Amino acid sequence: MNTRGKVFKYPDNVDTDVIIPARFLNTPDAKELALHCMEDIDPEFVKKVQTGDVIVGGWNFGCGSSREHAPLVIKTCGIGCVIAKSFARIFYRNSINIGFPILECAEAAEEIDADDEVEVNFNTGVITNLTTGKTYKAQPFPPFIQNIIKSGGLLKSLRESENNG
Amino acid sequence: MGMTMTQKILAAHAGLDKVADGQLIAAKLDIVLGNDITTPVAVNEFKKAGFDKVFDQDRVAIVLDHFVPNKDIKAAEQSKICREFAGSHCISHFYDVGKMGIEHVLLPEQGIVTAGDCIIGADSHTCTYGALGAFSTGVGSTDMAAGMATGKAWFKVPSAIKFNLTGKLPPNCSGKDVILTIIGSIGVDGALYKSMEFTGDGVHGLSMDDRLCICNMAIEAGAKNGIFPVDDVTMGYLNGRSERTPVVFEADTDAEYERIIDIDLATIVPTVACPHLPENTCPASELHDIEIDQVVIGSCTNGRIEDMEAAYNILRGKEVAAGIRCIIIPGTMQILRECVERGWYTAFIDAGAVVSTPTCGPCLGGYMGILAAGERCLATTNRNFVGRMGHVASEVYLASPHTAAASALAGYITEYKGV
Ligand code: SF4
Repeated sequence: MNTRGKVFKYPDNVDTDVIIPARFLNTPDAKELALHCMEDIDPEFVKKVQTGDVIVGGWNFGCGSSREHAPLVIKTCGIGCVIAKSFARIFYRNSINIGFPILECAEAAEEIDADDEVEVNFNTGVITNLTTGKTYKAQPFPPFIQNIIKSGGLLKSLRESENNG
Repeated sequence: MGMTMTQKILAAHAGLDKVADGQLIAAKLDIVLGNDITTPVAVNEFKKAGFDKVFDQDRVAIVLDHFVPNKDIKAAEQSKICREFAGSHCISHFYDVGKMGIEHVLLPEQGIVTAGDCIIGADSHTCTYGALGAFSTGVGSTDMAAGMATGKAWFKVPSAIKFNLTGKLPPNCSGKDVILTIIGSIGVDGALYKSMEFTGDGVHGLSMDDRLCICNMAIEAGAKNGIFPVDDVTMGYLNGRSERTPVVFEADTDAEYERIIDIDLATIVPTVACPHLPENTCPASELHDIEIDQVVIGSCTNGRIEDMEAAYNILRGKEVAAGIRCIIIPGTMQILRECVERGWYTAFIDAGAVVSTPTCGPCLGGYMGILAAGERCLATTNRNFVGRMGHVASEVYLASPHTAAASALAGYITEYKGV
């Protein structure tokens, strides 16, 4: 499993209110919500984003509300992966639970620039900055969590383990 | 090496004698909670995965609070999804308009959550119930769906920061000033992934409403949960209220903490968090040049009876400053009713404030007090992020009900001095 694309770079403490403002949360429809992804911090984002692109954040990415809509709209926009120095815990577990890969790597998050081209391998945790040629190694997920992501989310993995057991 | 209070509750719910920091566990859940925003997503996931019944109809709570009475057609559709799901699964703790309250004010009030519980809620402020001596944490909608289906959730066992509280709060301060002071000192990720365990002699002098407010904002320091020990104040609150028998857990004396922070409550001052992060704190007394357009007293942080009482004591017989919109939102129908019965409702109106039915409303920029560009609000809510209460160019300052009410009278940010 991997992704390859251009980087959108954001600062520390990107909160779920700017990822998807609450004023749009009167619908659970992911495609409709995705039209407003990052709107309050980067109005250009939805116009420019392409499938496979990567978001790079700072410390505490995804802090604030528990809205699963946040990782969901990022995923729905076509972003292949988020790399950050650290993630807020609910955003982290929501991403895993919906089968969306996110990687913690402070060095990569510091050095990778906006518009760089990067490739991320989720199995190995290796991040390659194709623009500079530099590679980074993120913390790989524990097997339990790898399983959830591989199955495509928590509920699918629960279903699979029920069927196997 | 011993376990923290949180670790002990988690171990008991995972059926293990011992758990350690970083361990992944599956724990049994006592209550699974959702609201009108997060439940529709959970219902969708639940159905998509092919589940057809909830693990226990008495252990799921669904509360319509964010956008009700419905603010628009889309919100009405979301409420309808919740209502139909609750109906078809015979969910006993379903709270609709007329019975509802803001979830984190309502669940403790109604005795649905209790000491020793392991609780998840698809709302980040689910950490509030730690005040009762429970492990309680916010999750997303998929976790809610899985929790409703299986009665279990996965957790990474957290390490803890211990807050050793001593002394007694000054009369113009409350739990809100304590938690804002803490977040100001450790930062919005100061407790990331960790438990905030509050202990010490100072705990006894904190009311249940103070403790609920303090645990409510644990998430604003990035914490997984906040938790208080169970004492006679807790038991006094739970007795006659709790649906289930409270179970008391205590931290081991040799429990290990990542950090121990001492706080003398007597040194706390009225504190305000300036835009756009809850960690940007400053004494209210240093902000007298900040003029405001709106004051909101309410939310899951400060919509409880003591908060209404603080507002009443300051506003009664006075008048809100010209040009200030003062919006008061009691957290539940029961609190609203008490405000009416005690004559506070009338006093609020006489002071020039408006009183709303319980709702999250302006707290998350939903409705009932949205800000225009350039406007500034002092609110007793818990988040002051960019655009949280309306336009991206508006500002939210966070404070206690004392500070909010005093500022409504002044027209600028000020501490309450009249005690
Ligand atoms: S009052 Fe505000 S913080 Fe509390 S549950 Fe409602 S929206 Fe969330």
